Amino acid sequence: METAEIYEKLKKTFTEGIGELKTNLPVYPFFFVDADKVNAICCFLRDEESLQFDNLSCLSGVDYDIDNLAVVYHLYSYTLNHQLVIKTTVPKTNPVVRTVSDVWVAAEWHEREAFDLIGVNFEGHPDLRRILLPEDWEGHPLRKDYKVPDFYNGMKVPY
Amino acid sequence: MEEFLKSIIGDNIITYIIMPIPALIFVSLFALYAVLAERKVSAWISNRIGPNRAGGKMGLLQTILDGIKLVQKEFVSPVRSDRFLFKAAPFIIFTAAFMGYAVIPFSSLYIGVDLNLGLFYFFSITSLGVIGMLMAGWASNNKYSLFGGIRSVAQIISYEIPTALAALVVVMLAGTLSMQAFCVAQDGGIFNWFIFGGPGGLSKIILIPFMITACVILFLSTLAETNRTPFDIPEADSELVAGVHLEYSGMQFAMFFFAEYAQMFAVAGVIATLFLGGWQSPFGDLVPFLNSPVMQIIWFLAKGFFLVFVQIWMRWTLPRVRVDQLMTICWKFLIPISFVNIFVVALYIIFFK
Amino acid sequence: MAEIRTEEMLINMGPQHPSTHGVLRLKLALSGEIVDDVKPYIGYLHRCFEKHCEAMTYSQIIPYTDRMDYLNSINNEHAYALAVEKLCGIELPERVEYIRVIMAELQRIASHLVAIGTYGNDAGAFTPFLYCFIDREKVLELFEMVCGARLLYNYIWIGGLSHDITPDFIRKTKEFITYMRPRITQINGLLTYNKIFIERTINIGMLPVDVAINSGASGPTLRGSGYKYDLRKHDTYSIYNKVDFDVCVGTGEYGTIGDCWNRYIVRVDEMEQSLRIIEQLIDNIPEGDVQSAVPKRVKPPVGEVYVRTESPKGELAYYIISDGGIKPFRVKARSPSFCNVSLLEKISKGHMIADVVMILGSFDIVLGCIDR
Repeated sequence: METAEIYEKLKKTFTEGIGELKTNLPVYPFFFVDADKVNAICCFLRDEESLQFDNLSCLSGVDYDIDNLAVVYHLYSYTLNHQLVIKTTVPKTNPVVRTVSDVWVAAEWHEREAFDLIGVNFEGHPDLRRILLPEDWEGHPLRKDYKVPDFYNGMKVPY
Repeated sequence: MEEFLKSIIGDNIITYIIMPIPALIFVSLFALYAVLAERKVSAWISNRIGPNRAGGKMGLLQTILDGIKLVQKEFVSPVRSDRFLFKAAPFIIFTAAFMGYAVIPFSSLYIGVDLNLGLFYFFSITSLGVIGMLMAGWASNNKYSLFGGIRSVAQIISYEIPTALAALVVVMLAGTLSMQAFCVAQDGGIFNWFIFGGPGGLSKIILIPFMITACVILFLSTLAETNRTPFDIPEADSELVAGVHLEYSGMQFAMFFFAEYAQMFAVAGVIATLFLGGWQSPFGDLVPFLNSPVMQIIWFLAKGFFLVFVQIWMRWTLPRVRVDQLMTICWKFLIPISFVNIFVVALYIIFFK
Repeated sequence: MAEIRTEEMLINMGPQHPSTHGVLRLKLALSGEIVDDVKPYIGYLHRCFEKHCEAMTYSQIIPYTDRMDYLNSINNEHAYALAVEKLCGIELPERVEYIRVIMAELQRIASHLVAIGTYGNDAGAFTPFLYCFIDREKVLELFEMVCGARLLYNYIWIGGLSHDITPDFIRKTKEFITYMRPRITQINGLLTYNKIFIERTINIGMLPVDVAINSGASGPTLRGSGYKYDLRKHDTYSIYNKVDFDVCVGTGEYGTIGDCWNRYIVRVDEMEQSLRIIEQLIDNIPEGDVQSAVPKRVKPPVGEVYVRTESPKGELAYYIISDGGIKPFRVKARSPSFCNVSLLEKISKGHMIADVVMILGSFDIVLGCIDR
């Protein structure tokens, strides 16, 4: 199925919470969804007969622009061989997104990484703590306005 | 040799002290060169070269230089380890391994002490090493060593049983426990060795498969006793980094090492005595020169070295067995088969002897 | 009989351990020898790949992608170059595509040899490890002939390759193919069908197919559970649609489908299939110039791209967002070992410590890929 058809199907089931389908940029079309509806939409995408998105290929956190963070979901279906890209944006002042780790178990570690590097809080995640950086590191490195701290536990950081 | 020395010195006690000394000298030299042999043989098996710099192409001085290097290392011990047990453990293992050499018959004229309970003494003394391993595992204050120690105790104690049962077959046929008597009973050429049924008429052909089975069981159980692969779980260096001897450095580590190689040859010597004719030459009385006491030492050493080579070969070819599979092999396979062996040999003795 | 007070023992297979294939920390909660819980801790090799990418131009990123999965550099570069080329819309000459696939398959063989050798080493068999590395030397010599480097190549550039191949390389590759086939049989005889090895690896770490797909497992981990899915066939890229090869799955010849032995046998079979692919391509490389499509300056239009490829460890994908400049806005590398390691917690419960080591080895992880 093409993205446009999946978009139409989703629009029929979830009347609100789904943004516009953007088709003008390379390479593939995508659309935005609301941060608190993400879990419900993903459940529908996974369980619906004609869609069956059983695999979350990648979940990335992106520092979208000055005020917003984004989370990008790349979904794939092994059984029906189609793919989908959905995004959600949250403001930097309150970056809370509903987790999808109960829909796809793969999301557990990906969401921890997004929390670690970008700073998006996933509400409902079983074990949200830093994964790549040490537990007591301050700051979220992949943000554009990140400044490297001078000292970490008494050791000088930049050298 | 005992009478000869007694006649010279005239004093029993000094004779008994001097008698085992050649065996001890032998085992020290052997432990040194067994390490080198293992490194060279394992290198050839894995398509490498092995030590070839120290002392010529074959690296003959390698272990001696390694020993000198280890002697100068500092004895590091963990902070909260049990000091006395930690320091004593290598000595106990070392002693247990070396004491076994008192009853290995090198030739018809030389054996350390000719006990009439030789085999029993050997098995008892080598199991003293268990105490040493447990002490080393516990006193290191390290969970990995503790695991290694526990597994080692379970393994060695379990494998005592098939060892004793497999050796029992030969004891029944020979009728004695003395090591020299085993060798003397197998004279007359290769077909009188116990692996082919021992001295006797054609009826011993029935025994041959059972004796070969008993030999294989003895070989495997003693591999497990000395913690060699495929049974080297206590020192499995991909799970418990070095197991029991994790926290030891320098000469203490070298003592564990040498004790292992000393035990390897002792065990090979026992198998050679029990099943392969000890110091008897395979040609028997056909070629009397080959059966003289000096040549006998050479035959014995050749058999022992061959078995040590097979042990090294097995270590570098086979993967490691898991702990519960190890126990399964011992209790569910080796022990029942040994019992069947004893039963059959007992029946043979009743009907044919 | 009074209740014996028991405590759970916490043991640390620390960052330095001979069997964790890199700096990985596993916290095991044990009762006796049985594992109740495994918690992996990663991040010891984190080198901020994604942050570096935002400060460099697109072509400068290629040596950095090498170093992510360092046993498998060509496939990393290939995936990244495909992603950028798709975004820019660059058309590649046929010669470039053929050579890229040949290199990728050679690298697949080299990577699987490491996986097989170190797996034998974890089990206690020291010799197959060295035999596998002898064969790997031959592959690394072929790479050195082409681009001068043995491990980290910087060979696949955006739009082409850095060096062209010589007729000598073609001749030596054909010799390598005839040399390698009997060596695979030898490894099978020494390790794969060895009774002790089979006993160590069957019925351990059972991974059902639905759990695998849901957790994002891919590559031999997924195919060992019997699911026939290979990105080279089902979501084809480059010229994989022109070559004929089989997708290897766990056969259940020993043990049950989904255990460690079946994941391992998928890798051994894949080496044979890679040899088949190289054989089909090596004689038919079209003529051309490998540098003709390399752009002077890589300036993709505003947009984003997500390309998935099949690396020896699983599904390797790159997600690149471009804002129109010469440096990318965001690069995210989706690594296969990252998803595979998260499975360790779920499938090692109830096994023994020795089994945890074997399960970890059957996933074939590389910490450079996990931590980036």
